Amino acid sequence: MYCDLMTAGLRPSTWAEALALKTAHPDAVAINGGTDLMVEINFARHRPPVLLDLTHVAELRHWEVLEAAEGGRPIVRLGAGVTYTAIVDDVAELAPGLAMAARTVGSPQIRNRGTIGGNLGTASPAGDAHPPLLAARAVVEVERATGRRLVPIDEFFTGPKRNVLAPDELIRAVRIPVADGPQQFSKVGPRNAMVIATTSFALCVDRSGRRIGTGIGSAGPTPLRATEAEAFAGEAMDGRWDAPGPLAPDVADRFGELVAAAASPIDDVRGEARYRRHALAVLARRCLGWVWSSLDGAGR
Amino acid sequence: MTVNGHERVADGVWEGESLLSVLREHLGLRGSKNACEQGECGSCSVTMDGVLVCACLVAAVQADRASIVTVEGLADGDALHPVQQAFLDAGAVQCGFCTPGLIVAVHELLQREPDAGEASVREALAGNLCRCTGYEKILDAVRLASTAGMGRA
Repeated sequence: MYCDLMTAGLRPSTWAEALALKTAHPDAVAINGGTDLMVEINFARHRPPVLLDLTHVAELRHWEVLEAAEGGRPIVRLGAGVTYTAIVDDVAELAPGLAMAARTVGSPQIRNRGTIGGNLGTASPAGDAHPPLLAARAVVEVERATGRRLVPIDEFFTGPKRNVLAPDELIRAVRIPVADGPQQFSKVGPRNAMVIATTSFALCVDRSGRRIGTGIGSAGPTPLRATEAEAFAGEAMDGRWDAPGPLAPDVADRFGELVAAAASPIDDVRGEARYRRHALAVLARRCLGWVWSSLDGAGR
Repeated sequence: MTVNGHERVADGVWEGESLLSVLREHLGLRGSKNACEQGECGSCSVTMDGVLVCACLVAAVQADRASIVTVEGLADGDALHPVQQAFLDAGAVQCGFCTPGLIVAVHELLQREPDAGEASVREALAGNLCRCTGYEKILDAVRLASTAGMGRA
């Protein structure tokens, strides 16, 4: 029922096979949805010696909820091959910030193919999944044939389009604590659809952990956290994590300033550094206002 | 690979070549258009195993053994598919370059959601660029096809 396209290429159908192939061919380039890699290939910027097609590894398409370890929270574990479409359709309740970001990715065609593991593999500072993963303190499961390691998301990115993966390693999954409080994501670009972020911001309120998380996209060599802003907003909650009361305008403004100060944007084709900092401050204070009022309004 | 219901063989394909190149250059199916080659314009839209994709972003190695439907697979002989007819009736075609991708995208949408509302339609077609029509006639064509229940065909 099929024809052989007479292509070479490595096509594992199980995760164990994928790891073995990556060990045997460390120069093989992993491909999932292809929404980044195929552009590089089509424009002849990059011709990988061999492709490792991960789209037939069923384990990677799977997601699950891991029960809470002692003292911890349940975790939603997304296989690296889970697409943006699946994130929007299936895990919007569990990981609302990530689902909001996934909705802003490209077009239906892109969301149908693009995957969370691919976004992490490319490690673009503009990757839409990264800010909400940073805000939610996600952990990346990185694996080689001999074992698995868990990399906190804020240690995963090492530079523009660079990450901690060794040549014999692949991304297996991402672990995100199930939401316990409101989350927001906001992104600026020249139009609504098909936009690579000029800058973006994600915010996550972790009520039981008594923490505010942040993530900044497209305004630094890697996606970033704004740790001072996180601490400032946590203090501004003043212990009232279920109903913090009205958000004072000066608190919102200061939060925005701290987020903008945490970024290190550059001037490039998508925007100037000065604009990015300004926009980030606006996005950050809006997001803070939104999570604040949803805490106040619904008690959640 | 199955293309429009027929088993097709392509020889001498490099694994990183795009599905679009396989369709156009190896199989002679030139309906799917080659424009941006980066997933921005949607003019190469096809379905792969029922899922709407940009053929330019699928590597040949990934399409092996898949079932592909291109714009050439929609008409029944000389009889246009109702979505195609709706595009003609609504005047939704000007230069025609974006039309095949749009027709595939509209067909996929109406199969999934026969009574798609305005917001769904706009969202579903956000990845298909048209530089001629201003989109209004295209939206008219989708309404026409939807009203007549044409997406179900």
